[in-house]
Amino acid sequence: MIMLEKRPQPSRGWTFATPVVAVVLTMFFGGLLFAALGQDPLVTIRTIFLDPLFSEFAWFYRPQLLIKGAPLVLIAIGLSFGFRAGIWNIGAEGQYIVGAICGAAVGLAFYPIESFVIFPLMIIAGAIGGLLWAMIPGILRVRFGTNEILVSLMLVYVAEQLLASMALGALRNPDGMGFPGSRNLSQYDSAANLEIIAGSGMHWGVLTAFLAVILAYVALSRHIFGFNVRLSGQSPRAARFAGVNPGMLILSCMGISGALAGLAGLFEVAGPAGQISIDFNVGYGFTAIIVAFLGRLHPVGILLAGGLMALTYIGGEIAQSNLGLPIAAIQILQGMLLFFLLAVDVLTNYRVIWGRQVA
Amino acid sequence: MDLSSINPVLLLASLMVAATPILLAAIGELVVERAGVLNLGVEGMMITGAVCGFVVAVGTNSPWLGFLGAAIGGALLSVIFGFLTQLLLSNQVATGLALTLFGLGLSALMGQGYIGIKAPEFPDWHIPLLGDIPVIGPIVFQHDPMVYVGLVIVAGVWAFLKYSRAGLILRAVGENHEAAHALGYHVVRVRMLAIMFGGACAGLGGAYLSLVRVPQWTEGMTAGAGWIALAIVVFASWRPGRLLLGAYLFGGVTVLQLNLQAAGAAIGVEYLSMAPYLATIAVLVIMRAGRAPGSLGQSFHASR
Repeated sequence: MIMLEKRPQPSRGWTFATPVVAVVLTMFFGGLLFAALGQDPLVTIRTIFLDPLFSEFAWFYRPQLLIKGAPLVLIAIGLSFGFRAGIWNIGAEGQYIVGAICGAAVGLAFYPIESFVIFPLMIIAGAIGGLLWAMIPGILRVRFGTNEILVSLMLVYVAEQLLASMALGALRNPDGMGFPGSRNLSQYDSAANLEIIAGSGMHWGVLTAFLAVILAYVALSRHIFGFNVRLSGQSPRAARFAGVNPGMLILSCMGISGALAGLAGLFEVAGPAGQISIDFNVGYGFTAIIVAFLGRLHPVGILLAGGLMALTYIGGEIAQSNLGLPIAAIQILQGMLLFFLLAVDVLTNYRVIWGRQVA
Repeated sequence: MDLSSINPVLLLASLMVAATPILLAAIGELVVERAGVLNLGVEGMMITGAVCGFVVAVGTNSPWLGFLGAAIGGALLSVIFGFLTQLLLSNQVATGLALTLFGLGLSALMGQGYIGIKAPEFPDWHIPLLGDIPVIGPIVFQHDPMVYVGLVIVAGVWAFLKYSRAGLILRAVGENHEAAHALGYHVVRVRMLAIMFGGACAGLGGAYLSLVRVPQWTEGMTAGAGWIALAIVVFASWRPGRLLLGAYLFGGVTVLQLNLQAAGAAIGVEYLSMAPYLATIAVLVIMRAGRAPGSLGQSFHASR
């Protein structure tokens, strides 16, 4: 008989070990999945997890790692505050879209003036756009007690429609001969999110992501705000006695995650994506949820998890073009990773006892 | 815009059809939540049901077998959720999200060869006598059988929760799992069964989209229907009667905005398409939810 006994405190060892175990399990069962799809499991796993880093074309893929990882890390850092405090903003995808729309709109409004203030203004607009979009579920939760999970998610679908409307209407390229999509911001020097070091993949969004990691680390471990966030998550009652205003906490957590998601959207639209188009968003907002959990809601963990998840995106693309692996298989792999993480996590909080049943 | 082109009888008739997938998914989730479990994976189970139903229906050329396959597919996926949350005591919110992400990927993979294929015909019933009543007949009694299956399930769940002993146990488990455990009920077993019922219903709802409503398979075709079903359960205060009202309200908004699109309203198509989601938010804000089941969302671990 296998029994579970609650640990007095979560095991520190397992806290660090579970993500690794989850990744190993995902590779194993992912291999089975690839075998079922008629692929060689070992070759596929090597293609996904190693080729982007070590193959002869790795010089091309390594910058991609930063480009794909940056939005994931930025969004996940924001989400981690709320998730720690038990505030579930799962609409980051919508905040990402609205941030991109607002930032791009500011940039396009100045076209074709060249000035060094345009890009900073776009960054501010992107952050504010995401922040305001996240404030909707935040304020509704504080004022009316509405479930923030459902509202933030509904707003993703609203944002997608808004994106379509912008790509076809207000922000459409007037010189685009009627095709949907805005002007290409990456070809408009003052608004382009250029690489800081050419060819490295290191654009301003990557820099911001690294900054966010450092600031989040300081805030969570050295600042009273981080303490309040952690306290509210572990014991909401104790937090109230300690003088934490729950409404303010909800708004701050939603605001931080919204602003960072908006920033991620802005950096994407001004750089790698280049323009507002109907299929601009690719689900970073949802994948970032996996990144946040895989990183144990810890800034450094999130940085590593973001890198790993970016790896699966790039490796997935390589496997798709070289081996004909359907891209949906990568989506399953990412979902599996979260499943295994949650499953293995039982070992962090519970001790497994083998043996006779004690009456 | 030409409002006279909107036929009120057809509008009300299509309202029942539009509401059915949400109704099916929501009644399943209602049972799950009354047992004290919050499964946020409805969207994932729905889309998996949609693809399973479509694959089986095309393969066997029988929509009925398709719906059966969808129910089994949805229930199987929900077992993953049950295993993780009930036996490995994982966080229900996170696990539900994982289920949705996994289901979206799984369905995309399974449906690869089925894009652009038409589903086998699923004819409407014309109920004799009742269907011949003017106005009411076409609105209520001339639909495909699944519309009535949905209504029967809702009525069945209502009676089950209100009158049966098993329903009482399920409610006890949801209200206070410690007390139910002390009385000797198997909390985990009851919850597993509820979760599987929820998965089967979500699967049926998804298959209704791919086999009747659209009827085709496209990736991500549920487009948030599962999340709206979750919202309707809250709106209904966990009561089957109000669930019906919520689903029809939502169906009404959907059908109305589609009709306005067709009638050439002055508002952009994209803004009309937002209506169902905005209406759901508005309803969540205006309607104060009743009291949720006492143990909703909490893990149960029988400590010695």
